[in-house]
Amino acid sequence: MSELSDGWEMVIGLEVHVELATKSKLFCGCSNSFGDQPNTNVCPTCLGLPGSLPVVNAQAVQYAMTLGRAIGCTVSPSVFARKNYFYPDMPKDYQTTQYDQPTNEDGSLELPDGTVIGIERAHIEEDTGKSTHLGGGGRIHDATATLVDYNRAGVPLVEVVTRPELTSADEARAYVAELRDILIATGVSDARMEEGSMRVDANVSVRPTGDAELRTRCEIKNINSLRSLGRAINYEARRHVALYEAGEAPSQETRHWDEDGGRSTSGRSKEDADDYRYFACPDLPPLAPTPAELAAIDEAMPVLPGRRRSALASAAGVSMAETSLAVERGLDTFALDAIAAGGQGISVMKHVDQNLADGVGVMTAESFAALVALEADGALSATQVKTVLYEMVASGGQPADIAASMGFEAMDNSELESLLDQLIADNPDEWARFAEGDSKVQGFFVGQIMKATQGKADGKIVNQLMSAKAKA
Amino acid sequence: MSTPTAIEIAAQVRSGSQSATAALESSLSDIAERDRELHSFLHLTEDRARAQAAAVDAVVAAGNDPGPLAGVPIALKDNMCTRGAPTTCSSKMLEGWKPPYDATVVSRLEAAGALVVGKTNLDEFAMGSSTENSAFGPTRNPHDPSRVPGGSSGGSAAAVGAGLVPVSLGSDTGGSIRQPASLCGVVGVKPTYGAVSRYGLIAFASSLDQIGPFATTVGDAALVLDAISGHDPLDATSIPAAIPTVSSALTNGVAGKRIGIIDELMGEGIDEDVLRQTELAAEAFRSAGATVERVSIPATIYGLAAYYLIAPAEASSNLARYDGVRYGARVDGGNVEAMNIATRTAGFGDEVKRRIMLGTYALSSGYYDAYYGKAQRVRSLIAAEFATAYEQFDLLLSPTSPSTAFELGAKSDPMALYMCDVCTIPSNLVGHPAMSVPFGSGDDGLPIGVQILAPMLHEPAMFAAAAVLEAAQKGSS
Repeated sequence: MSELSDGWEMVIGLEVHVELATKSKLFCGCSNSFGDQPNTNVCPTCLGLPGSLPVVNAQAVQYAMTLGRAIGCTVSPSVFARKNYFYPDMPKDYQTTQYDQPTNEDGSLELPDGTVIGIERAHIEEDTGKSTHLGGGGRIHDATATLVDYNRAGVPLVEVVTRPELTSADEARAYVAELRDILIATGVSDARMEEGSMRVDANVSVRPTGDAELRTRCEIKNINSLRSLGRAINYEARRHVALYEAGEAPSQETRHWDEDGGRSTSGRSKEDADDYRYFACPDLPPLAPTPAELAAIDEAMPVLPGRRRSALASAAGVSMAETSLAVERGLDTFALDAIAAGGQGISVMKHVDQNLADGVGVMTAESFAALVALEADGALSATQVKTVLYEMVASGGQPADIAASMGFEAMDNSELESLLDQLIADNPDEWARFAEGDSKVQGFFVGQIMKATQGKADGKIVNQLMSAKAKA
Repeated sequence: MSTPTAIEIAAQVRSGSQSATAALESSLSDIAERDRELHSFLHLTEDRARAQAAAVDAVVAAGNDPGPLAGVPIALKDNMCTRGAPTTCSSKMLEGWKPPYDATVVSRLEAAGALVVGKTNLDEFAMGSSTENSAFGPTRNPHDPSRVPGGSSGGSAAAVGAGLVPVSLGSDTGGSIRQPASLCGVVGVKPTYGAVSRYGLIAFASSLDQIGPFATTVGDAALVLDAISGHDPLDATSIPAAIPTVSSALTNGVAGKRIGIIDELMGEGIDEDVLRQTELAAEAFRSAGATVERVSIPATIYGLAAYYLIAPAEASSNLARYDGVRYGARVDGGNVEAMNIATRTAGFGDEVKRRIMLGTYALSSGYYDAYYGKAQRVRSLIAAEFATAYEQFDLLLSPTSPSTAFELGAKSDPMALYMCDVCTIPSNLVGHPAMSVPFGSGDDGLPIGVQILAPMLHEPAMFAAAAVLEAAQKGSS
């Protein structure tokens, strides 16, 4: 579904910065933790003091390669490079990153709906410190003072760069959500957007639908949530279309997303961007993963969300997209076990999605399968099934035993019908309103019947009986 | 002036016949008396040295091993970090800055019982060949105070040459240990790249910088080198393997060794007396049983050009951090960028600015391939040619410096100064060890050194050859 006026399509590329969940920083032994007192996790190396040297954190490299393998990248020998520019929160006035020889290249990520997004690269780099600009407009150039916290300087990042292949805000959100699930599944990052351990920059451009050309893009920064990501992309794309339709064109620049104002504002123009003068960092030897190291990474790789979704989809007979929630909740193994134990796939998935948001407690997959079978046989009403299900989650046990102890048996319709007739006789005004089409009183009758039967009645059947009587 | 060697001092201190404190006070009084004219020291670290001497004396008194450098006073080029003591790189940019940590070499020296007496003068950020580029005034040559000591480690070379300390450390990026050693008549060693930790050495050009010793004898240089070399987990470019010791190889001689004289460094641009001494060194090797022949390494002549792209390129990045934000000099401006510019304009001297500009240009988009990229290819070519030469030869020989020490102010043209390093630069580009050994004097009576070059980690053979020249010198004097 396009958010744009007819004849236009979006072209989106995402750059996601992921903080790796290492104990220490990328090039020194300082703690990599969020929220500590400013400038307490620092040393000569991450402060860039004269004479200090970097030594790469092996765990960070392993995490980076794990992420690379998880998103199907080729993991190659790689070289750290220096990206030179002046900024107060960057202690050495260069960032140690990777340039022409990144650790991970040419991967892809499959979204729950089956769309495949190409990944250009996923390279390792160090984070900068964090600046707080006081006075002025909150930017460095008109600040009266800038406070810098170097706790974040040198924190290990992987920057995952997609090809410009995403076509909508929804797709962008789905991509980021999927990447987050992979990061959490592999333990590579805690991937918390709100804490900044996962940061998304969106490169957005538009073009006439069906064109192959890539038009001028703008890079949107300062996106702090999935919701912001969607809003920022739609805003930016519409802004471009409006410019083109007015006979103008956007200029290539970095823009900041203003969540409160719901708009992006112009940042630095890319035309007068720094020449970063990249060159191989002479302080760091190249990284050269051995085949054995890569094999060990593959062996330790957990089953990833995509594979889990496809396994569940084929077992349950539902679409990949319909398995997302179960996988996200980590209930896919339970669902597969229940289906293997004879539970009907679609019913299993319905309960997993609708009734098991808080987990399965002490319930076994076998007893859950038995409950799904009782429901399919019509032996229990939907309401009764739910009651039994919650009892099983809380205390375990077999569904037939629980249903019997609760006195649940399917009521026959004649019993319900006579109860309903009595209710109609006792509440003639309400019944008249229902018969005239006021559906608000329907709940009153269902509620009374449930009360009278202590929840044993099947609400659906009560509704059917009421409709039939009203028409009669 | 016959000051005791480091080996002699250590032996006395270890045996208890002289205290470390006495050795230190002797050195400190020499410095107080005689360094006013030379200006080889920028600052002294007397308190730290006295505390260390007392600690060494206590170890000796307790009957324990005080280490191979027990009680030996040593000076450090002022680009090596010393905790709590000024470390300026002879730059106004770092005036007043006191590092919160020690360089690895400092810890290793003290662990070996050495006493760090002070920090020596250098060309600002180690950029220069005369120590005239110091923001705190030049150092003078102990053999003739109207002459330069060479550079950039001129202070460390002069301090040893004058006998103020028996040994010192310098750093060598393109010849900054060997050239001043030659001009001051002392031994100077640039070890294999990665043999000595660079942690705490303030970077000039990271892929070329290496710390090494100055000494009056080959044996003293070996003693110090053995104490400071070895893998350091804090330096990712340090060699992760055992480094061969050199002290045990000093008497190995050169009998049967094949030594090549580098053709390209034996002609134009090198003074006659320097060529003569190099030929005499070759004779000394022949007399000791080596075969000596000429060898052509044609790419050598491109070393200087490649070096003056690679070293400034790395320096332009390494020196970016001096921005006025965190430490050192700061000159206020209207905003951050103006403050950065004002600070760097005031804080750096002309030569440093020249090299930052050269390096920035060499790395710029559109010029990278033509300059920095091409220089790296030249570097590979030189390495390949040296590898070929070492198939036929165990060691190589050349002059160290094209001339003896020149007058202060004599080389005001940067290019004339750059030419001082033509013989020493190739070893830095390929990472091989090389050392300068005093070998007679020039027509002006000033010292001349010859350079012995060796393949990676072949320091033992290089030191054995240096000992042969040293012995030949003693025999002839």
